[in-house]
Amino acid sequence: MAARPDIAALEAAALRSDRFRLEREGDWKRLEAIVTRMEKGQLRKLSDEDVLALPVLYRTVASSLSIARETSLDAATLAYLEALVQRAWFIVYGPRASLGSWLRRFLGGGWSAAVRAMWLDVLLALAVMVAGTAVGWLLVAGDAEWYHALIPGQFADARAPGASPQVLHDTLFSDQTQEPLAAFAAYLFGNNAQVSILAFALGFAFGVPSLMLLVHNTAVLGAMLWLYHGAGLTLDFAAWIAIHGTTELFAILLSGAAGLHIGRSMAFPGERSILDAAGEAGRRASQVMAGVILMLIVAALLEGFGRQLINHTPGRLGVGGFMLFFWISYFFLFRRRADEGGTP
Amino acid sequence: MTAAAPDRPLAHAAGRSGRDRVMVTPEGVTLPLTLASRGARAAALLLDLFFIGLLMVATTVILISVAGGAVGASLNARGPLGQLLQFLFIVWIAAMFLLRNAYFLFFELGPRGATPGKRIAGIRIAARDGGRLSAEMVIARNLLRDIELFLPIVFLAQAGANDGGGGDMGVAGIAAVAWFLIFALFPLFNADRLRAGDLIAGSWVVEAPRRRLEAAMSLAAPAALPAAAGAYRFGEAELSVYGEYELQMLERVLRGNRPEAMQAVYETICGKIGWTSGSGDARPFLEAYYRALRQRLETGMRMGRRKADKHA
Repeated sequence: MAARPDIAALEAAALRSDRFRLEREGDWKRLEAIVTRMEKGQLRKLSDEDVLALPVLYRTVASSLSIARETSLDAATLAYLEALVQRAWFIVYGPRASLGSWLRRFLGGGWSAAVRAMWLDVLLALAVMVAGTAVGWLLVAGDAEWYHALIPGQFADARAPGASPQVLHDTLFSDQTQEPLAAFAAYLFGNNAQVSILAFALGFAFGVPSLMLLVHNTAVLGAMLWLYHGAGLTLDFAAWIAIHGTTELFAILLSGAAGLHIGRSMAFPGERSILDAAGEAGRRASQVMAGVILMLIVAALLEGFGRQLINHTPGRLGVGGFMLFFWISYFFLFRRRADEGGTP
Repeated sequence: MTAAAPDRPLAHAAGRSGRDRVMVTPEGVTLPLTLASRGARAAALLLDLFFIGLLMVATTVILISVAGGAVGASLNARGPLGQLLQFLFIVWIAAMFLLRNAYFLFFELGPRGATPGKRIAGIRIAARDGGRLSAEMVIARNLLRDIELFLPIVFLAQAGANDGGGGDMGVAGIAAVAWFLIFALFPLFNADRLRAGDLIAGSWVVEAPRRRLEAAMSLAAPAALPAAAGAYRFGEAELSVYGEYELQMLERVLRGNRPEAMQAVYETICGKIGWTSGSGDARPFLEAYYRALRQRLETGMRMGRRKADKHA
């Protein structure tokens, strides 16, 4: 394997630590060459032999370092070995999975396992969302002025308290194919993705802002529900929301739950240190979040295309119901072991 | 926090600071790590933002030039022209989303664990526990970047845009600035200089090591000057005055190879051990003394006797 050290140099070396170095220098240099190549991203140029040798060489050099620390006072060699072992450690313990294999493992069980692992947070977030909807409804039912306070400007066109049922009906079923659907969907996705990233990231402040964000968003829903209920359009409105909402609200629910999961594990770390607890929860929650982004792409497509093209209540309810069924069974019934397959 | 001082205080005699940490690899080897300085991290971030901005501008310019004469047409227009514009608009939104969110992910998941800005600054990310840096960690630390950096900036821009609306711009602006400062200053208030994303992900930012293997001092000497090196004989009394610290100082002087420094050290050592210093033969003397001292100290080490410095 290693180039044989020069015999003459070995004999000339009076110090034992220098002989030690000369005997092993070949391995060190080879590891350095491999690591340098990999750091430069030239994986293709490495032979299979080198790739296979990397972990072995890494351990060899790590043990060289341990021995040198006990026997050698050559500061330059020690510093070199420390730097080399560290560089090799970064490679050997670096992010192993390629994007493709990570995605396979992620979709094939890692994502749903992460969601199940935070079931309590999902339930809490669900309760908060239901409560938020109820609050929105009750506030507006008590005083219609709340409607304007809750509903953001973009929706407040024709859909105001006092609008006639016919106007409201038109907002649900008008032929909107004039709008550029695809662009609309892309815009919706960008918007929703940033909101759910926000809901997740705010979990950092012990989860409280995540919950407030959930309440605020669902209060809007509750207020609009009240408005359409007054016009006798409850089911139509529910269908209008459901076609994409079962996916989108589910995604928002998960991102809120992910934020809450982090917040809860920081507030109650148990026997772990708070940093360990936050790290563990953060890694799990970030998996859920990667999935949330996927769900939002689906939701945006459903909202941009599906809702405009399926212009009747039963069809919309059917699509929305199917999506809900699909997500629930994927997360909670699909229980393949997460570490199956995928691992290299 | 891990102890700042490694158990071998001599290996790096120079420049110990509060940034040194000790990490234990899964094999049980302790490795010293240096946390990235805040300046290097800020510089890396600014560079990355600059690159992202550059890419965003370039993408936009390219897409507009592809749209070419169609710029006048509205997005709502029907027909092929409208569809082309729609398509370009979607591409633009997707590109902006990816540049904002995937730029850091893409580079930090690579073997270098660093974005271009970090590489220029000579830093990279690593797992705090010494284990594998996982994809989940990288995703988590970069999702948090959104609330740390992008969100308050957008918020601030909106607050500025709403200025005409009334007096609450002041409040919103202050809130945005406060938000930004809380996260920007977060690394100042914990020992490991973690930003919020690092804390959640279990990662930290360290200096990327790089060091050449230098020639062994004790080997180069006899080959170059066999006669002179052999001429010195040091006894127990002459060698016992110094310890490992002085040995490493001597090594550094020899590697520096500056005649006046070597002459000064030569005279100091000769004074200490009671020899008469000559002139012109500083280097051969120091090399011979270095070899002899190292041999003595390393032999002691194997016997379990260590002498840290001349006071020990």
